[in-house]
Amino acid sequence: MSDSQSTDFDPVAPNTGEEFEPVDVFDDSDDFDLRPGADSCYKCSTCDTNCPVAEVDDDFPGPKFQGPEQWRLKRRDDDPIDDSVMDCSNCMRCDNACPSGVGLSQMHNTARGEYVSEEMSTLSVEYVRNRLLANYRKSAWLASKVPRLANAAANFGPARWLGEKLLGVTGEREFPDFATETFTEWWAAQGGAAGSKERAREARERRGEPFDADKQVAYFHGCYAEYNTPEVAKALVRVYEHFGYEIVVPEQGCSGTPMFANGMLEDARRDAEVNVSSFADLVDEGYDAIASCTSCSMAIRQEYPELFDIDGIDDVAANTFESVEYLRIHEDLDGELADADVGDDLAAEFAYHAPCHARNQGLDRQAVELFGDLDGVGVEDVGDSCSGISGTYGWKAEKYETSMKIGDEMFDHMEAADGETGMTECPTCAMQMEHGTGYDVRHPLELLEAAVVE
Amino acid sequence: MAIESDVLVVGGGLAGLTSALAAARAGADTRLVSYKQSTLRHASGLVDVLGYTPDGDGPLVDPFDAIPDLPESHPYQTVGVETVREALALFDDAAPHYRGDHTDANALLPTHGGTVKPTARYPAGASAGVASDDRDTLLVGFEAMVDFDAPQAAAHLDAAGVPFDVRGATIRFPGDLRADAKLTRYAKLLDTNGTVTVDGHDRQVREALADRVKTELDGEERVGFPAILGDDDAAAVRDALADELGVAVFEVPMGPPSLPGLRLEDALFDALDEAGVSIETGNPVVDYDGGDRIEQVYVEKNGARIPNAADQYVLATGGLVGKGVESDREGVSEPIFECHVAHAADRYDWFADDVFGDHQFAQFGVAADDSLRPEAADGSTEFENLRAAGSVLGGYDFAAEKSGGGVSIATGYAAGRRAAEETR
Ligand SMILES: Cc1cc2nc3c(=O)[nH]c(=O)nc-3n(C[C@H](O)[C@H](O)[C@H](O)COP(=O)(O)OP(=O)(O)OC[C@H]3O[C@@H](n4cnc5c(N)ncnc54)[C@H](O)[C@@H]3O)c2cc1C
Ligand code: SF4
Ligand code: SF4
Repeated sequence: MSDSQSTDFDPVAPNTGEEFEPVDVFDDSDDFDLRPGADSCYKCSTCDTNCPVAEVDDDFPGPKFQGPEQWRLKRRDDDPIDDSVMDCSNCMRCDNACPSGVGLSQMHNTARGEYVSEEMSTLSVEYVRNRLLANYRKSAWLASKVPRLANAAANFGPARWLGEKLLGVTGEREFPDFATETFTEWWAAQGGAAGSKERAREARERRGEPFDADKQVAYFHGCYAEYNTPEVAKALVRVYEHFGYEIVVPEQGCSGTPMFANGMLEDARRDAEVNVSSFADLVDEGYDAIASCTSCSMAIRQEYPELFDIDGIDDVAANTFESVEYLRIHEDLDGELADADVGDDLAAEFAYHAPCHARNQGLDRQAVELFGDLDGVGVEDVGDSCSGISGTYGWKAEKYETSMKIGDEMFDHMEAADGETGMTECPTCAMQMEHGTGYDVRHPLELLEAAVVE
Repeated sequence: MAIESDVLVVGGGLAGLTSALAAARAGADTRLVSYKQSTLRHASGLVDVLGYTPDGDGPLVDPFDAIPDLPESHPYQTVGVETVREALALFDDAAPHYRGDHTDANALLPTHGGTVKPTARYPAGASAGVASDDRDTLLVGFEAMVDFDAPQAAAHLDAAGVPFDVRGATIRFPGDLRADAKLTRYAKLLDTNGTVTVDGHDRQVREALADRVKTELDGEERVGFPAILGDDDAAAVRDALADELGVAVFEVPMGPPSLPGLRLEDALFDALDEAGVSIETGNPVVDYDGGDRIEQVYVEKNGARIPNAADQYVLATGGLVGKGVESDREGVSEPIFECHVAHAADRYDWFADDVFGDHQFAQFGVAADDSLRPEAADGSTEFENLRAAGSVLGGYDFAAEKSGGGVSIATGYAAGRRAAEETR
């Protein structure tokens, strides 16, 4: 639930409606009745002023239409879902805006699901392409088996051209590199959970903390840190172990973010079931779940409980944290950073972009605040615009231009900033930043590692 | 362990932002946590201090002059007229694109409905439109934006006896944007001076708009548009249009959603950043620990409760609209700290029969002592280290008095400064 406090909202008269019961609105059946949520929309259009797509794309009718208005229409005339819902990038900015707590992104996700299953032919190029993009993990898994070949093939000019012609995947972008060793391969080589336990205990001893301190986390690394940027996941491991945390890396699938955005709710559910079941047991045992990708933590915290009814889902959601946020709550990070300095290539000025999905978790300023007093490093916020790529969105040939138009403001701000290195928590935002400016982009965890781990 | 600061402000509307700024400038390590976007996006962007007395007398020429005669329970009386002035000085400094600080007198600004409204501070973009200026005026509305009916607004202004000739014209925005295009679509297009297609030719939007308006101009010396003229770069959009047209250009404040409100929010967030305030938005504060003193509060993210601790707290969660005060059939309450909100036991007494009557609900809010600390029903202090600011306070009716922005700024400033002083 994005807002359990929502009521029958009337800006003029006081609220005299009954207590709002979130469970009544989104009951456990698959057949969502979103009308009560739609009813609390009083058409102030605040959500529309937050939508980056509506800002640059004249054909997009905006979040208010995609959400509450569409649901009202459906209830009355059982109209089909309007195809413009596929133009929404699932940035979830509108969610954050509504003063009346309308669950906009849940409505959009549900509408997209219905559109894809009822109005889109599974034989169409668009469907096939979307399904491929949404199930990135599958191709990534395959590519990671032959990373060098995959890197070469994916960025081979004629192949990219063909990808655009045949599949509608834009030929403008470079495919991300696959690492030669996946994170889990590296993790196993480090001795897995047993190795981590040992290293964490040593760290606790060094820090003067009790041997049996309750410091256990389960890491959701997501697809990108697994196949493309294992350095981020490794940084997380080193930082957490430095603070004395024992880490486990349970079996996991994709978080589902690209599937929600493409209306592939069944694919998303399949992976969500795997994730919830493996994390629920650990949460039961007292572990907290952490994620280094802000779209992954967002999916588990908000989209899962909104869209699915899986045993243990609420517990997992309530015990999932973004990885730096978790340390901020439990450790004296500010103190540790005050005594730290950073050498080598991370002693730099960074142009930081806050991902939309970090914004929704209240984390959009975290990195700037955290590293504000760190010696030898500057982190400058490049403003509150959306990067425009929104996961798979900016990879679609027909969306590429919109995606770059949205990103323009960020590119300009990055170039105006002092630094020539970018920083963000989101791997796809990082791709867009790199694509638009040529900057190298790092994750805050990498900087944290450089600062606190000797 | 909790996320810690000296002063924690709960709520990111005009009151919370002012309060955090005042506290940080007074030297406190300050943190602001806020849930959804504030009512600034619904407000016109005008900052009213006092337009009418509670008895409905007005429009008032000098709001400061009228403050000492307000009822004892009014928030302006609690903080005192000097504090109102200091608070506005802080605001003027933080929002340099606002005008009106050269005089104590209220300015009279035309609104999108064609009324004239007394206000203390207004955006620079609206300044060429003030109603005391006697330059003849053309109002331009757009076909697709039905909220602003220019000919009708002009007729209303004329009937109100403004000291100039005013005429309205409705045109189609160049380039035929979709009929329900978003406000931000117009603003972005004008900000970037993007391309639109007019009669089969690609043209830059600012020039195309000016050319279209030129054909309507008939000797008027200023042109008023609905407030959509750019977001990040509003001054440049206005200047470019004025240049092309050869007359002054201004924006008429609009109803929600409001770009001037958005721009004000941006300016205040920038000021907070500069003052070193930490900010977190997107999730509500739902609970607290403590007895006579608040020890820590909890920010909720889908069931996860993130503790935030501070020495002093400011409650700036807004009124019924901002959700700082809640009501149901049983009663009225302040949901986070359960501070007492005075209201009649019988809910039928909350309203007056007449729609525009003296509604009790309009004044719902917590009562506070001299130091803005909420008071329980028996007059005792609810918490030693909690102060309240803005529409969560009771004792005034911002809509009737036209005092919303001013009360938020004045009480926000007072609460923030007091809180910072206590941490020394
Ligand atoms: C339609 C409309 C038009 C107006 N026009 C004008 C005008 O022209 N001129 C003028 O001077 N005034 C106007 N006002 C009044 C003015 O906007 C308000 O009086 C003033 O802005 C209130 O500020 P505030 O900070 O007290 O509350 P709000 O702006 O309501 O802000 C409250 C903030 O607290 C947050 N919050 C609420 N609950 C929680 C929680 N549990 N945890 C964390 N955060 C929370 C909310 O998300 C919100 O951001 C208007 C108001 C409205 C509604
Ligand atoms: S999720 Fe983002 S793109 Fe989609 S409607 Fe909301 S704000 Fe617009
Ligand atoms: S912000 Fe909320 S209430 Fe306002 S139009 Fe959007 S959904 Fe409706």
